[in-house]
Amino acid sequence: MVDHLTKRFGRRVAFDDVSFKVGYGEVFGFLGPNGAGKTTTVRTFGTLLAPTSGTAVVAGIPLSPATGGQIRSRISIMPEAPGLYRRLTVVQNLEFFAGLYELDHQADRIRRALQAVNLVDRAGDTCGSLSKGLRQRVGLARALLNDPTVLFLDEPTSGLDPVASREVHDLIGSLRQRGVTIFLTTHRLEEAERLCDRVAILNRTLRLIGRPDELREQLFTHTLEVRVGAALTDPGRVLGGLAGVEGWEESQTGTYALTVADPSAAAPEVARAVVGAGADLLSLSEARHSLEDVYLELIDEDVEVSRA
Amino acid sequence: MTVESGMAWSWTRVGALIHKELRDFRRNRFILFTMAVLPIILVALPMVQLFTIPAAAASTTLDTHIGLGMLYMLLIPAVVPSALAAYSVVGERDQGTLESVLVTPIRREEFLVGKALAAFLPAQIVAYAVFGVFLACAALFSAPGVASAIFHGNHILIQVLFTPLLSGWSIWVGIAISTRSVDVRVAQQLSMFASLPPLALVSLMALNVITPTVGLALGIAAAFIALDGLGWRAVATLFDRERLVTGGTA
Repeated sequence: MVDHLTKRFGRRVAFDDVSFKVGYGEVFGFLGPNGAGKTTTVRTFGTLLAPTSGTAVVAGIPLSPATGGQIRSRISIMPEAPGLYRRLTVVQNLEFFAGLYELDHQADRIRRALQAVNLVDRAGDTCGSLSKGLRQRVGLARALLNDPTVLFLDEPTSGLDPVASREVHDLIGSLRQRGVTIFLTTHRLEEAERLCDRVAILNRTLRLIGRPDELREQLFTHTLEVRVGAALTDPGRVLGGLAGVEGWEESQTGTYALTVADPSAAAPEVARAVVGAGADLLSLSEARHSLEDVYLELIDEDVEVSRA
Repeated sequence: MTVESGMAWSWTRVGALIHKELRDFRRNRFILFTMAVLPIILVALPMVQLFTIPAAAASTTLDTHIGLGMLYMLLIPAVVPSALAAYSVVGERDQGTLESVLVTPIRREEFLVGKALAAFLPAQIVAYAVFGVFLACAALFSAPGVASAIFHGNHILIQVLFTPLLSGWSIWVGIAISTRSVDVRVAQQLSMFASLPPLALVSLMALNVITPTVGLALGIAAAFIALDGLGWRAVATLFDRERLVTGGTA
């Protein structure tokens, strides 16, 4: 739970008045442009930075200087750069971090973490000899060592090939099933849309929070896209007067975007009208806005506001 | 400086850090070079002194020569750990590993003690081993009068007593510089210079400018212990997670 959390560096605001809740076992996406305050927010939750004002409860523990160690023992943070000792082997890196967490049965935990990221056969390699993608997977294995209650992942698939990215996505899915709360910072909006139960868009202030479909609802009107074989001779007469159609525009020749309140109610009426006007109806579908559209809409708004 | 009272002190975490540091040192060419070449140079010079002292030299000349030789060897516990300590924090930053370590439950004090001990232990082994080699050579190959002056004066006491104390100072100065530096080489050069001033006092005893009585040596040793304690406090104050992570933005 985060309540009116603010972090300033002198006069510079990193993030301001951020409030939200993340549920147990939820995969929560944290999106925003570069410099929006995402990493600073994660560092604040990880007790590396002290908030300027506001409160937060992380992994069930109130965030304060006195509880830093307790919080850090219950969470894991995988920064964007995996932060591995390049001269040490994969196992030696994991042994070190297992020691810092004072874990029992270290060999067993390390083996399980390596299995989870498919790196058992590279355990004896020095981290400096691994590709960026493999190092990222070692970083992920390290983040899994302590069985965290909350796992903060900062761009976990950055630098990974599609197969490795899919493995990370599968891993995130299995962690969610085990009840691990995952706080995912990413620039890959399709990744957030696919993996996250809810997303928050941050641009110094929290711009929007909710399920991806809720965000689309909030930002965009429903649109029906109608494609006909040849452009309508008088589209205003055919589409303008239909019940449930609030507006229309010809997006391309023979393609019309209709703003509607309820797509499922308006679609049959639209189909009848188009066919009744003698047109060949090629397709009629609801235009679906992606999370990327939501994101760009918000960020563009912010850019316009800052220019004004 | 934040208070980290939520977690009990853990020697397991300190041990893990020391173990990792020693493993990393073994694979770090610059560290290995510093630990190997400097002691070789600094023991070669007193060896030359040892074998060039005329057997019939007056006792004051003998003491001066031996004191100078011992002084070279006292540079080992001052300079070697300073190079290791200077690498301790800025080295982690340079590798991009600092944040990964600071987000674990390790306390600031544990981190600092782990880093300090990881620099202290190899430095002591090297310094005492080199001194042992020097004494063995003195006993076996030097003129009887020279050997007698080495073994019966206060030189051994000064060497044994001040080796860990000089290291302590060098380590805290080195870590302090390391927490504020952004460049490994600059940190190491600065800490080497900063580790030398306390050696001046010890050198006055080694060269018999100050008559090195046991009481005086112990008194200066006590002052060094106090200085090392102050160094530890100062470094703990300088070590701020926020500033280290943000690189001074905070």
